[in-house]
Amino acid sequence: MIRVENVHKHFGGVRAVNGATLEIAQGSITGLIGPNGAGKTTLFNCIAGAFPPTSGRVWLGEEEITGLTPHELFAKGLLRTFQIAHEFSSLTVRDNLMMVPPDQSGERLWDAWFSPRKVQAEEAAIRRKADEVIEFLNISHVADELAGNLSGGQKKLLELGRTMMVEAKIVFLDEVGAGVNRTLLNTIGDAIIRLNKERGYTFCMIEHDMDFIGRLCDPVIVMAEGTVLMQGTAEQVLSDERVIEAYLGHGVKNKAEVGG
Amino acid sequence: MTDILNAIIVFANFVLVPGAAYGAQLALGALGITLVYGVLRFSNFAHGDTMAFGAMVTVLVTWWMQGHGVSLGVLPTALLALPFGVAATALFVLATDRVVYRFYRRQRSAPVIFVIVSVGVMFIMNGVVRFIIGPDDQDFADGARFIVSARDFRDMTGLDEGLAIKSTALLTIVVALVVMAALFWFLQKTRMGKAMRAYADNEDLALLSGVNPDRVVMVAWILVAALATVAGVLYGLDKTFKPFTYFQLLLPMFAAAIVGGIGNPVGAILGGFVIAYSEVAVTYAYKRFLGHLLPESLAPESLVQLLGTEYKFAVSFIILVVVLLIRPTGILRGKTI
Repeated sequence: MIRVENVHKHFGGVRAVNGATLEIAQGSITGLIGPNGAGKTTLFNCIAGAFPPTSGRVWLGEEEITGLTPHELFAKGLLRTFQIAHEFSSLTVRDNLMMVPPDQSGERLWDAWFSPRKVQAEEAAIRRKADEVIEFLNISHVADELAGNLSGGQKKLLELGRTMMVEAKIVFLDEVGAGVNRTLLNTIGDAIIRLNKERGYTFCMIEHDMDFIGRLCDPVIVMAEGTVLMQGTAEQVLSDERVIEAYLGHGVKNKAEVGG
Repeated sequence: MTDILNAIIVFANFVLVPGAAYGAQLALGALGITLVYGVLRFSNFAHGDTMAFGAMVTVLVTWWMQGHGVSLGVLPTALLALPFGVAATALFVLATDRVVYRFYRRQRSAPVIFVIVSVGVMFIMNGVVRFIIGPDDQDFADGARFIVSARDFRDMTGLDEGLAIKSTALLTIVVALVVMAALFWFLQKTRMGKAMRAYADNEDLALLSGVNPDRVVMVAWILVAALATVAGVLYGLDKTFKPFTYFQLLLPMFAAAIVGGIGNPVGAILGGFVIAYSEVAVTYAYKRFLGHLLPESLAPESLVQLLGTEYKFAVSFIILVVVLLIRPTGILRGKTI
């Protein structure tokens, strides 16, 4: 579904992503793990269009999407969430969700003035959809709350909810479970699995919680120092020596040399 | 008792009523500035001259209408010409955006670049307006001058002081209220208004949702053009149309937007009235007011004026500095600059 070919991203002298090559299969929930600074989020940003890669190419199916803007990628069904949850803080939760579907007739001056019926009907349909999503995520009690007042975990749910407002092909989740309590994490996990099974969403997620990864992800891709270290099932990856070393650092072996 | 009434009337005549009209004009101007700041994320120095441009087109259309015998009776003909002014200004501003600002938006330039660019746009607009209509005062007001004239008021009440209410003052306040109500309805209730607030709130996220940035920017400019033209025409009707005064209005308008909390429309309105009343109250000569209140022996000899009217712009400047020092986000919390 997504193919990343030898992507580099350099910021000045820092090689944040240094020749990453990987593939995300259709219908999978692919995990992307690695120590801090491994280049996971930078790679996400390159794929999802926050900035273009310095070199290398990205494909969505048969189509090259290297360097497209987030807006164009959104239209192609590639969605993402953010590590630090983004929300429209001065809009209600429901309005946040209703903002997602593109090209609504209410945004066109002509339709807004001259065919209010059409605009209303469309808006009612989107509102129903938003209410379904709110129901699905179990956040009905805060539906009319301003999104800025939500807790961190609820904002993460809202992030996930946004991806459900349109027919997405692939969703990139950047640490959707970070800073979320166990119960809420399970809710999020269930939602991801249901979306994957029932609506055929492909997911690629950066995550640090290994239990969460183990429950959801197959395969798991490990990144370290800007490149892909290995790929395998959660069990294979977690028992691999290179991965342990990447996480704990070279310092474990040569502690004295590094100086503690 | 009549002394107190006289004092109240003289205060209302020279401070309350003119301040309300001036405040409404500043508020409309500050709304435009705050909208550009919120949606397009820069301080638009060309806003004063956008007002001048809109007012100029309205003046020209008004003259043409007057020449053809079109009239609104007691209301000024300029009200009929206003939609033409708004349309022309919207086109002009959209063209400017297409030719100038869009380039920098695509470059994702820093806000400070936009500010400097807007200074350039300001000079161009400045020149265009002077080239077309000249730098002088232009008279385009017609219709009834007063709702209540000072003499009628005196005859009616038998007081020494008169309260004159200019029809343009009332018109300014009514039109400003209608425009503000329409703007708030648009921002709160319509789909496009919500999209605009979403875009102002979090641009990255808006780009990752279905919000079409080009459309948001376009509608924002149209609104700004409408607000600027209405403000410019009302100011011109109330005082007089002179291109340079609109440039001078830039400082009090920015002060109003910042004092109220920039990016916050309610704040812009509040700020407009705060600045207007401060300016009027500080530069007003209280001699007659105090003369009515105090016993004759204590009546002031001097004008009792805190600041000469030529220093009125210093008032907004001082308020601006104080607010930036004490509460940089403004009275109602806006975005920090």
